[in-house]
Amino acid sequence: MMKTLVLAACALVAVAGFAVLPFLVMDAPLAYDLYFNQKIFYYHVPAAETMFVSVFVSGIASIGYLATRRPGWDDTAVAAADLVLAFGAIMLLTGPIWAQVAWGTFWVWDARLTSSLLLWMIFVAYALIRRYGGPGSERLAAGLALFGMVDVPLVYFAVNFWRTQHPTNSVIPTLRGEMRTAFLVGTISYLAIYVVLLMARRGARQAERRLHDLAEEIETA
Amino acid sequence: MAFLRHAWTVAWKDLRVELRTREILSTMVFFAAMIVIVCSFAFVEKVPSIGDLASGVLWVAVAFSGTIALQRAFEREREGQTIRGLLLAPSERSAIFLGKALGVTIYLAVVEAVVLFLVGVLFGAPVTRDLPLVAAIVVLASIGFALVGSTFAGMLLRTRARELLLPVLLYPVITPALIAGTKGTASLWATTPGLAEAYFWIKFLAVFDAIFLVVSLWAFESLVVE
Repeated sequence: MMKTLVLAACALVAVAGFAVLPFLVMDAPLAYDLYFNQKIFYYHVPAAETMFVSVFVSGIASIGYLATRRPGWDDTAVAAADLVLAFGAIMLLTGPIWAQVAWGTFWVWDARLTSSLLLWMIFVAYALIRRYGGPGSERLAAGLALFGMVDVPLVYFAVNFWRTQHPTNSVIPTLRGEMRTAFLVGTISYLAIYVVLLMARRGARQAERRLHDLAEEIETA
Repeated sequence: MAFLRHAWTVAWKDLRVELRTREILSTMVFFAAMIVIVCSFAFVEKVPSIGDLASGVLWVAVAFSGTIALQRAFEREREGQTIRGLLLAPSERSAIFLGKALGVTIYLAVVEAVVLFLVGVLFGAPVTRDLPLVAAIVVLASIGFALVGSTFAGMLLRTRARELLLPVLLYPVITPALIAGTKGTASLWATTPGLAEAYFWIKFLAVFDAIFLVVSLWAFESLVVE
């Protein structure tokens, strides 16, 4: 019951949020001398934030799975790992569109870009393992998610020392008025849709597992 | 004509299997993309100097040969069925893990000595300059590589498509150590050696090793249980 309520509430917030977001983004003043291109910010940054949230959800659920061996943890880890890929894809597609105008090139080997790309690649590897690893791959994947989570600060620190060009987080508290509203609505909408997708994917995963267990029971019976 | 027809039949069979599983192609593409990323750290300068180039070659060589070392070191245990004996031995699992990782570190150190000599001769990199610092970077990076690699290779022992999946797992996780290695040796081999930068990377690698020592020991214990 509680689950359904949370799901419904988040779904409503997401639908409402994504419905008004384009208008808020329209009304937000232009900035950075980038004219219209800068508006992608309201989609790019929330997607990136959601991806990082999902990395930690997957990593912590994996620790839970390795420590307790309860399949419920694994379901959460898989669901979150899938969503890292989805939100990461949004981030990796919207970023270069902005960069092409702002920096005159689609890609630079900057700290944020490199660390985000690598993090995303770790979860591509996660998906490959889940798909092709065969039996026993849950634990392997859990190990990978754990190592991936530990890797986040390390990659960031390494590339940050080396070079950085991406706008920093300090941009966000300086947002005022309509820009701030649009950014907040964007973030909330993304997080709400994230919760919806996470719960849905987790439910599907649970059903999948139950079906598999039942099939095995029939086979052995 | 029959000859060509038979060849085509086999190729078509292979393609159809691959179209249905996409196992080989998706891992291949991933592997290739990882190589591009690893190389990007080394060769991203507009006009790479000889130090950057040699350093990039050194670390790409380390990454590839290290993967082979890990595969063989664990595959040998599986083929001889000695892994069961090892796991049944009356000793701590973590001691066995450390032993395997130490072995791989030593293989890597030997290979690195050879590769250093080769990049010195063939690329004209000043490998003898600041040799103790170069050695520190190389050894610390090898320790990190062996720790992470042995955990994954150990976990992969009971998995399908091991040889395909090891680099897929390993490269994204090990990249910080490869960046540190590449940038560290490149700074030492630059026309004016950047000692401060090299010291930063040495410290970074020490932290990397310490963190992954803890994580690997915990993970190996709970991952290779049965």
